[in-house]
Amino acid sequence: MEILKQLREEGRAEDMQALVDHIPYAKFMGIRVDRKGNEITMVLPFKEMLIGNPVLPALHGGAIGTFLELTSVIQLMYNTQCERLPKTVDISIDYLRSGRPVETYGRAFVTRQGRRVANVRAEIWQEEINKPIAASHGHFLLTPV
Amino acid sequence: MSLNDPISMVPAFGEAIGMSVDSVDGSRLTVKVPYAEHLVGDPDTGVIHGGVITAALDNASGWAIRLSEDWEEGKSMATLDLRIDYMKPATPHIDLLITAECFKETKTIAFVRATAYHDSPDDPVATSIAAFMKGTPNEPRA
Repeated sequence: MEILKQLREEGRAEDMQALVDHIPYAKFMGIRVDRKGNEITMVLPFKEMLIGNPVLPALHGGAIGTFLELTSVIQLMYNTQCERLPKTVDISIDYLRSGRPVETYGRAFVTRQGRRVANVRAEIWQEEINKPIAASHGHFLLTPV
Repeated sequence: MSLNDPISMVPAFGEAIGMSVDSVDGSRLTVKVPYAEHLVGDPDTGVIHGGVITAALDNASGWAIRLSEDWEEGKSMATLDLRIDYMKPATPHIDLLITAECFKETKTIAFVRATAYHDSPDDPVATSIAAFMKGTPNEPRA
């Protein structure tokens, strides 16, 4: 991926915000990266367009799924400094609570990283980190540098 | 069964990705997501992001449940889980179709299969299986 090569050349291989800004769909959703040391928290600010059920109201399951997948991929990119974006092989999403119309946060954990495939878990929450609204685990295909 | 209101009403996030109902055939429902630049996940290749497919699979699966004769109007549903297998990258500049069908229902739970593809469901971009809880309240939360 061009942007990854460029970031590495500029010594900004860890700049995950620059990477997210280069993914049109992530940018469209307004996803931000909050990095403190080597800890990454993804942030999904609330927007009306993220709504799936206007009556409750609740976030769309697809917006939640996208956020979990991106949280996983960005954590994986940060850990592995791959040359290309990992490809999602599969992802399993558990919806735990309905998403309220507020800011959402996400964190991922690389459970196992093999040479070609990585297993990644992710959790997202809103006001309380101990009350996740959704969790996922997935397999991602890596392209080692 | 013909399209009813809950189905023709596309939620905000569905509109954001440009999704619409394409056809209904018995218990099978097909939605369409036209290719668009803001849906791209990899700018080098122009392939749309997996999250777009996730959103369309989730939405189409939910709509498929509303086609059931047992569907209780005025109620909502909650996705319990959704598992997606990505078989091949979507082809850039081509519309994506998603066909969903609820293949088993109990009083409280509905099980739905869905496939995302370009030309034929036999050559899928992704497939999914989901379980939904039916009959959840559809009123503003306290």
